[in-house]
Amino acid sequence: MDSVTATTVEAPLLEVRACRQSYHKDASADLLVLDGVNVSIASGEIVGLLGRSGSGKSTLLRIVAGLLTPTAGEVLWRGAPVSGPTLGVAMVFQSFALFPWLTVQENVELGLEAQGVARAKRDELSETALDLIGLGGYASAYPKELSGGMRQRVGLARALVVHPDLLLMDEPFSALDVLTAETLRTDLIDLWSEGKLPIKSILMVTHNIEEAVLMCDRILVFSSNPGRVANELRVPFPHPRNRHDAAFRQFVDDIYAIMTRRAPAPPKTSAAAAPAVDVTFATPLQPVSTNLLAGLIETLAAPPYSGKADLPALAAALQLEADELLPMGEALQMLGFGVLAEGDLHLTDSGRDFANADTDTRKTLFASALRAHVPLVAAIRRTLDERWNHRAAAVRFRDELEDHMSPKYAEDTLRTVIAWGRYAELYTYDEEAAQFSLEDIEVPA
Amino acid sequence: MSSTVHPALAMRRRLPNAWDLAGLLCVFGLIMAFAHAAPGTIQPLDSPQALVVDLDPRNLPEYALRTTMRMFAALAASLLFTFTFATWAAKSRRAGIVLIPILDVLQSVPILGFLSFTTVFFMSLFPGRVLGLELAAIFAIFTSQAWNMAFSFYQSLITTPNDLAEATQSFRLTGWQRFWRLDVPFAMPGLVWNTMLSMSGGWFFVVASEAITLGDKTWTLPGIGSYVAAALDKRDLGAVFWAILAMLIVILLYDQLMFRPLVAWSGKFRFEMTASAAGEDPWLLKLLRRTQVLRTAGEAFADVVGVVATWRLGRPPGQRAGATRAPSRFGDAVFYAVVTLAAIAAAWEVVAYIAGNNVGWGDLGEAVALGAITLLRVVVLIALASLLWVPIGVWIGLRPNWARRIQVVAQFLAAFPANLLFPIFVVVIVRYHLNADIWLTPLMILGTQWYILFNVVAGASAFPGDLREVAENFRIGGLLWWRKVILPGIFPYFVTGAITASGGSWNAAIVSEVASWGTDKLSAHGLGAYIAHATDAGDFPRIVLGVVVMSAYVLCFNRAFWRPLYAIATRRVTLG
Repeated sequence: MDSVTATTVEAPLLEVRACRQSYHKDASADLLVLDGVNVSIASGEIVGLLGRSGSGKSTLLRIVAGLLTPTAGEVLWRGAPVSGPTLGVAMVFQSFALFPWLTVQENVELGLEAQGVARAKRDELSETALDLIGLGGYASAYPKELSGGMRQRVGLARALVVHPDLLLMDEPFSALDVLTAETLRTDLIDLWSEGKLPIKSILMVTHNIEEAVLMCDRILVFSSNPGRVANELRVPFPHPRNRHDAAFRQFVDDIYAIMTRRAPAPPKTSAAAAPAVDVTFATPLQPVSTNLLAGLIETLAAPPYSGKADLPALAAALQLEADELLPMGEALQMLGFGVLAEGDLHLTDSGRDFANADTDTRKTLFASALRAHVPLVAAIRRTLDERWNHRAAAVRFRDELEDHMSPKYAEDTLRTVIAWGRYAELYTYDEEAAQFSLEDIEVPA
Repeated sequence: MSSTVHPALAMRRRLPNAWDLAGLLCVFGLIMAFAHAAPGTIQPLDSPQALVVDLDPRNLPEYALRTTMRMFAALAASLLFTFTFATWAAKSRRAGIVLIPILDVLQSVPILGFLSFTTVFFMSLFPGRVLGLELAAIFAIFTSQAWNMAFSFYQSLITTPNDLAEATQSFRLTGWQRFWRLDVPFAMPGLVWNTMLSMSGGWFFVVASEAITLGDKTWTLPGIGSYVAAALDKRDLGAVFWAILAMLIVILLYDQLMFRPLVAWSGKFRFEMTASAAGEDPWLLKLLRRTQVLRTAGEAFADVVGVVATWRLGRPPGQRAGATRAPSRFGDAVFYAVVTLAAIAAAWEVVAYIAGNNVGWGDLGEAVALGAITLLRVVVLIALASLLWVPIGVWIGLRPNWARRIQVVAQFLAAFPANLLFPIFVVVIVRYHLNADIWLTPLMILGTQWYILFNVVAGASAFPGDLREVAENFRIGGLLWWRKVILPGIFPYFVTGAITASGGSWNAAIVSEVASWGTDKLSAHGLGAYIAHATDAGDFPRIVLGVVVMSAYVLCFNRAFWRPLYAIATRRVTLG
């Protein structure tokens, strides 16, 4: 594997320079997914792209894989520009992406077939890869006969069998249960440390902070909207790493702190004084159910947290990943019920009020928080109040949102305000007509 | 169950748009072009009287074989068409814009109506030879099979899972490799199912296309269809029964030998990662899978296919730029201009043809009025068939043991060419002097009602057990149970079946609104009879008019009635 002679300075395997990816919309406003991203991957390292969903990290992985062309910037593979899927790069998919009609062996041989490798050679290579990854004896099985963990092993074997220099992994363990994911991670790291993997480097996307710290040598933390590399961290621990090690825990804590920090300019005033900063009409909202929010507020208010929780601890207690917990915390912050700061989540006074209130009062509190802090909700309600028939088509708000964000975000945002507004009894929504209305809503005179 | 792959027609957008109009015009323009060429070629043809059909039942096996051969020839052509046409439509955005509406229109054109043109056309290609006639019959069957297969394949192509597509791309499969490794396997269950429906539909047309009368000339091709036609001419009821028996055997054979194993085998390509409780393998598949010799042969065959599928034809794909780059506006402009010109040319052809053949507004009015009568027939029949088969289907569907057996029988009945049974009805009508306008009507739905039955059975068997328990727990019974529980539950399945049944009925109108028994001619009022009479008279302009009006009726009926219904069905009934 170390074919580089001592005299040459090892050039990076892969370089991404000033990469920018925009989502094209009607030739008008370009919506930025990635902006000014520089990544360089050397031989012999595992690099993690860590970020919230929607921070463009999967997009970056697809650009590196040659599946997507960046809008601007360049991708260099061993110094040469990439213009399509490269031979030395193989990918492992979040959803496994196995062909249900091919056996394990046929799935694994797919990439070899594409290269026109002869049958005998293919058999030999696939057998080696299957044995390496612990799938010996499964060759003739179909993917649907396997458990999730075994399926992802097939995905791994399929990528390894072509002996790529760079292995790309797109949230490879996020579709697996906790135990299975852990086994697979340690197996992979063991093979990596023992130098048994026929690869030089790994680039993996994850939203699981512990996973990143457990596996990677270097972590690039992404900020969202647009996706940028906000921080680059070198993980100083040797393999195998211990999750319960104090230094490890501290490292995870620090990353939580980084991720809860507001990306471009951290607020200078005490965060508690200014909840819900810069929420505009066009702030994308992530669909978090009101049940979850209420549950989180209750949990925070009750002991042992009594109003303040450390995020990694809270995530562990609630069995949530950072990617799931952070949007909830942010929603609380936006509504003025909580404050996220330095890896902690505090409950505000109105948050405590909410926790102590009965159902109807909670709805009232939620409604006023929505109208005060979520301009989109306020705008919908205002429109409905103004209309003689108290109805308004959703498409009009969707169109406005799509001027500022991708259709997917607009859809999510719209679904969120529908769900929140329904709970708060600010308006109702008729799904078939795709209309907001004030039917059955008590309108104060 | 595998029996409920929804018809491709229903899945698409609802509202007609300018592209449909362009598609409509192009198709009609083509028909006119055929019609223009056809009459001129009629004279030099000798009536090949060598093709005499002998009513001796001992000839039936040979006739059945020849009929079956035609079916499979047409099937091969349909597959070829499916793989090329649908692929083109799916892979090229511009082609898709035009090809899909064209396919949609073709699907609604009553094929039997322009059997006459195509026959003349193909015979002119091979004057005086049977080959032309054979090709014409094969083409007629092809036109009854190809569209829904192509639609199904197109549907699959545009819904291939994104991650698998990315996997083929990232492992650098070439276009050819991807086609055989991803596109075709993913489309397989739908394609097999639609092929089966197509075959069922095809029998109907093969029977109708073997004996063609145009003006004063009659051509017959040896086969079961012409055998029955000859039997009708000679008032030989015994021969009709022999033909029905032969047909039953043929269908039983192809069903057992081909489609049962094929459907079960295609289950392997179902895109689901959960191991579902599959039904028992059909006996032939079991035989193939468990017998060593056959198994080895099967594997050798699979190897050959595997080798072909991995040929590295074409280049590995480059990057996907669709999301980032705007499509070329200039290219679009050129493309739209060409399509517009083609549509205008087609429109001109239609107008010129109709104007040049003394077809006036009166004729149009007549055709439209007769179309309304046929529409009424279709609607009444679907309603009656639903009243009959929905309760029966629900009853059967809720009893799994029955459901499995009845399902097979219903599919079998749907495959049986109902036109073989027409003579029996005709004899009864003639004997008892019944009103042809009323009593010929049931023939239209004779072959297609089974689609309603087996879809309802499938729907009722798939009805969630917990919902049934809820209904029992709250003691919901009687009309309330039908209204609130079971009918909404089976609604999407019912709509699927009714769409297929209604489409088939329109086509059947052309052969079922007129019937004869020796010298007794029966005729009902309707657009089907109008086309049939025009065909008998060799009156091309009126055949064209009839076909165009009928296509328009079918299109409008589908768009205005079935699609909205289907949209409601799928939206209401699925949770989440």
